[in-house]
Amino acid sequence: MGQTLLQKVWDLHTVRRLPTGQTQLFIGLHLIHEVTTPQAFDMLRHRGVKVAFPEHTYATVDHIVPTLDQQRPFSDALAEQMLAALERNVKEHGIQFSDLNTNSQGIVHVIGPELGLTQPGITIACGDSHTSTHGAFGAIAFGIGTSQVRDVLASQCLAIDPLKVRRVSVDGALSSGVYAKDVILEIIARLGVKGGVGFAYEYAGSVVDNMSMEERMTMCNMSIEGGARIGYVNPDDTTFSYLENRPFGPAGDAFNHAKTWWRSMASDADAMYDDEVALSGNDIEPRVTWGINPGQSIGISEQIPNPNSPDIETDAVQEALDFMELSAGAPIAGTKIDVAFIGSCTNSRLSDLREAARIVQGHKVASHVKALAVPGSKKVREAAEQEGLHEIFQDAGFEWRAAGCSMCLAMNPDRLHGREICASSSNRNFKGRQGSPTGRTLLMSPAMVAAAALNGHVTDVRQML
Amino acid sequence: MTNGQQIRNVQGTGIPLRGNNIDTDRIIPARFLKAITFEGLGDHAFEDDRKLMAGHPFSNPAFSHATVLFVNDNFGSGSSREHAPQALKRWGIGACIGESFSEIFLGNATTIGLPCATAAVGDVETLMALVEHAPETSFLFNVETLTLTTAGHVAELHMPAAVREALLTGQWDATGLLLDNFDEVRRTASALPYIRGF
Repeated sequence: MGQTLLQKVWDLHTVRRLPTGQTQLFIGLHLIHEVTTPQAFDMLRHRGVKVAFPEHTYATVDHIVPTLDQQRPFSDALAEQMLAALERNVKEHGIQFSDLNTNSQGIVHVIGPELGLTQPGITIACGDSHTSTHGAFGAIAFGIGTSQVRDVLASQCLAIDPLKVRRVSVDGALSSGVYAKDVILEIIARLGVKGGVGFAYEYAGSVVDNMSMEERMTMCNMSIEGGARIGYVNPDDTTFSYLENRPFGPAGDAFNHAKTWWRSMASDADAMYDDEVALSGNDIEPRVTWGINPGQSIGISEQIPNPNSPDIETDAVQEALDFMELSAGAPIAGTKIDVAFIGSCTNSRLSDLREAARIVQGHKVASHVKALAVPGSKKVREAAEQEGLHEIFQDAGFEWRAAGCSMCLAMNPDRLHGREICASSSNRNFKGRQGSPTGRTLLMSPAMVAAAALNGHVTDVRQML
Repeated sequence: MTNGQQIRNVQGTGIPLRGNNIDTDRIIPARFLKAITFEGLGDHAFEDDRKLMAGHPFSNPAFSHATVLFVNDNFGSGSSREHAPQALKRWGIGACIGESFSEIFLGNATTIGLPCATAAVGDVETLMALVEHAPETSFLFNVETLTLTTAGHVAELHMPAAVREALLTGQWDATGLLLDNFDEVRRTASALPYIRGF
């Protein structure tokens, strides 16, 4: 009987079975950032423990970074204190750091792949739930909390329970104007926000096979929004060609050896799955969330659900409609927006910016809309500028910002105010997520955000292609 | 080698928090993560929900000394911020009982010695109604027998066997456990093709 990629990676990285019954799992790459690590380093210091494998630990700064004025010290004293703590910690323990003075700083889930740190068949941990992103390469990547960050710093291991695997196949083909973001929103709507608890999602099928690495990252990124801590795609030629000539990737002969090993780590054709789900890519249309969790999305041609419909969680729908001030039965298309945000670890890569720029080119942002385009890393920003994308955005009335998490979670100056409603390419539409306790978020693809920014309301981007 | 205390029982009054999919952004909004310690987080638990929702249980003086938090489905979904269980623990919560928990939240709660157990939907409803009606009701959460006892009611609880074991043996803080066989860690690492340089 064949094995899944998850089983192969799990077996190779198992140090032993712990007395509690959990697995002691070796972590090949520990990515760290400023928000979830200061307490972990303090705990190490308190216990007199050193970082076990600083050479397999890599730091960046992303959540608290201002995207407008990056002059140090930051005007926000708390943000300054957090970056200063990270600087002190990486220096003390000899950890490599893509800080603001390097050309490689950016969102942790953008720079890991960009630098070639993220590779197939490895285990990754990071104090951030969107670590699932790295599964796009066939890595097994865990989002963890601060005490587990402490564990990984101290031992390069996690104490963890095994996961089941659900294969999610998307066959057929996507129509023009439909993106990876729409596919993952459809999957979450179908399987529910807690459908993936206890599972790793293995994404497969012709739609996924034909996706670029950046599109696969978008899908794996939002696995956690479906309750699955891990999402992954089996490595293939698309993966290997992305990984060629990356600073931390293997080179020369080693690259060829690596390719053979990477290929061997993919799930076997006769692997057994704990569950299998199939959907057709042909049927997916651009999707938009109308509620307060990422499972509450509909196709652009659909109507906002009625809380009194059968087979619906009446209380949850009513709570969402009350918060969002949207009407049951109304079309989602035409919903007026105040802010448009293109960015985040979900959709801030070069292909995302290109697709959005294609819509924006030669047009103007609606006069009442504040629009932000925030590249995920300095390298993405540089590549976009080489293509002139920044001028397309700026000419249309978008602000072109420096790399960071920005308005996805508003731990920096970028945030919603009051009841503003935001068309956002990010990953979470939770109450208060974008910095204003009463602010509202509509999740959609970057191209759909661009369309909404120009028209001032939610629009089917397919009409603008 | 253990670093934590053995957790066998949690005793105290309850606090009911109704609603499914209560995410970690609601438990502790991101702006309170801008700090280099967990100190003071307890004061900000559910800060925005408390302002927006009249009669929020965390604002109700009847529950201000509560220890056992009752929740519904998929509690703690979203971000991996340990700040969420830290805020609850620092507010005074000693155990959570609900229909289900998100995976990362459950792991984070365990690693800080905050037991989370699931119970049948009907039992959660009964317990919430009981606390709402009589906030002074005291509960005994027995981790060994996985039961929640109060006058006239015993509810059966569930948690993963490894979590229960970790709480009972004081090994919920895993650092010591993970470090006591470091040679094996090195051996596992050195056998990996990517660590060896292919």
